[in-house]
Amino acid sequence: MVVCLLGLLILVGTWGCRSGAGPAAHAVCVAGSTSVQPFAEKLAEIFMHQHPEIRVDVQGGGSSAGIQAATQGAANLGASSRELIGPEKKLIEIPISYDGIAVIVHPSNPLSDLSVEQLRQIFTGNLTNWRDLGLPPREIDVINREEGSGTREAFEHLVMSKAEVSPAAMVQDSNGAVREIVAGDPNSIGYISAGLVDNRVKAVTIEGVRPTAENIKNHSYKLRRRFLLVSREAPGDSCKHFVDFVLSPQGQQILEKEGLVGIK
Amino acid sequence: MQQGKFIERVLFLLALSSISSLALITIFIFLEGAPLIYFAGLKNFLASSHWAPTKDHFGILAMIVSSLLVTLGAMVIGVPLGLSCAIVLAEFSPLRLKLILKPTFELLAGIPSVVYGFLGVIWLVPLIRVYLGGPGLSLLAAAIILGIMILPTIISISIDALTAVPDLYRDGSIALGATQWQTVRRVVLPAASSGIITAIILGMGRAVGETMAVIMVAGNALKMPTSILDPVRTLTSNIALELGYAAGRHREGLFATGIVLFVIIMILNLSATLVTRRR
Repeated sequence: MVVCLLGLLILVGTWGCRSGAGPAAHAVCVAGSTSVQPFAEKLAEIFMHQHPEIRVDVQGGGSSAGIQAATQGAANLGASSRELIGPEKKLIEIPISYDGIAVIVHPSNPLSDLSVEQLRQIFTGNLTNWRDLGLPPREIDVINREEGSGTREAFEHLVMSKAEVSPAAMVQDSNGAVREIVAGDPNSIGYISAGLVDNRVKAVTIEGVRPTAENIKNHSYKLRRRFLLVSREAPGDSCKHFVDFVLSPQGQQILEKEGLVGIK
Repeated sequence: MQQGKFIERVLFLLALSSISSLALITIFIFLEGAPLIYFAGLKNFLASSHWAPTKDHFGILAMIVSSLLVTLGAMVIGVPLGLSCAIVLAEFSPLRLKLILKPTFELLAGIPSVVYGFLGVIWLVPLIRVYLGGPGLSLLAAAIILGIMILPTIISISIDALTAVPDLYRDGSIALGATQWQTVRRVVLPAASSGIITAIILGMGRAVGETMAVIMVAGNALKMPTSILDPVRTLTSNIALELGYAAGRHREGLFATGIVLFVIIMILNLSATLVTRRR
């Protein structure tokens, strides 16, 4: 019995794209970025409702893992929340949307603008007091996302270059939790997806540019990333169906409703 | 007879399956986590505080220390409160009051931990931030919330231990001229001590293992805490925070964190069993 249960556990553990036991032509596997994952799941759900004969499996794992899976053909589509680099550029890339990362503070905080450099200094722990930015002297409560989060990955890529975030930074495990803490703590600073900013927190401008949908679309807002689907070869039949759906007005509308900025 | 034997077998198998799930969990955690400890080296794993699993740094010292400090804080708050509740209920209160109060305390145990965490975030954390300073999400907040959460465990097991002391002891002590308080302090408490220690150890186990409420109020920073107002990350929060997105080495690192937690909780439970058996 133990052996049998163990076998079951291992089976569950290795469950993945291979679970597409049906006819291979009717299963699409999307793997990669954890930032794209919730949106891809939403799209897959609606897509499968309209096309019951095609099954779309969505998995996380991170952008790099997704790109690698697409390169090796383990997944039909890789999902990436970062740009392709070096040899990865041989893959076919299909941009599906933009996402801005808003830097948020408490509404009572007089801070209105930060440069990327200042932001980096705050998150590495070199600037620990608001006084250093010409504001009333109070300790800065830095709020970071958890290791493995796609938003954190993008923030580190866009802002931190190679520097590590200070270990003194607090960590919350979702955009919502970061927003909740910043809304309550007058000394805090954090970052969330731009679509999720509401009036309980204040999004500061980055080098003078506000994180609006328009500024994100026309590239003037610096903390911006693209969500990509990548694949090794031109997508096959069911795969192409899904990609077309994502890029269709309906698919783009779903993404905008979920807080992203459409690619078109 | 035949049928009796058959049913016995079936029941035995069913009983075995519940034990085998424990065995499976143990095997699974160790299989998944041990390779990482080997990869990082036991010393780096346990004696470093640098946790950056996607950059191959796996040091969990700060989390071990934080887990122990949070538990200690919960004990400092929960044990005196729980024990005095238990003594009042078992020794000094009329039966009617006891019949109302005991189920009330047991209700505390039924409140989901996310509710405790939520109360902590909206009520306790701002209080700490405004009156004591710091970000509010802190070791102190976690210790207070956990101190309240372990009350039902401590109270109900302590009450059972106190009521198990034969009334003969009490009568004898009072016949010798001791007051009721002297009787409780010198006779009943020592007689119930192993049960009370078991209660405290099981409360500790609950505090070490609690996750949700701690994630919400502790702040989860990776730094080694230097004050009770510092945000901290415990072993359980580390696993729950990062498991959702972890893959490869990172995932193994979280299972390795689970091994450490497993060992700590095993030690606590074993010592509880030993203390009870000594009686």
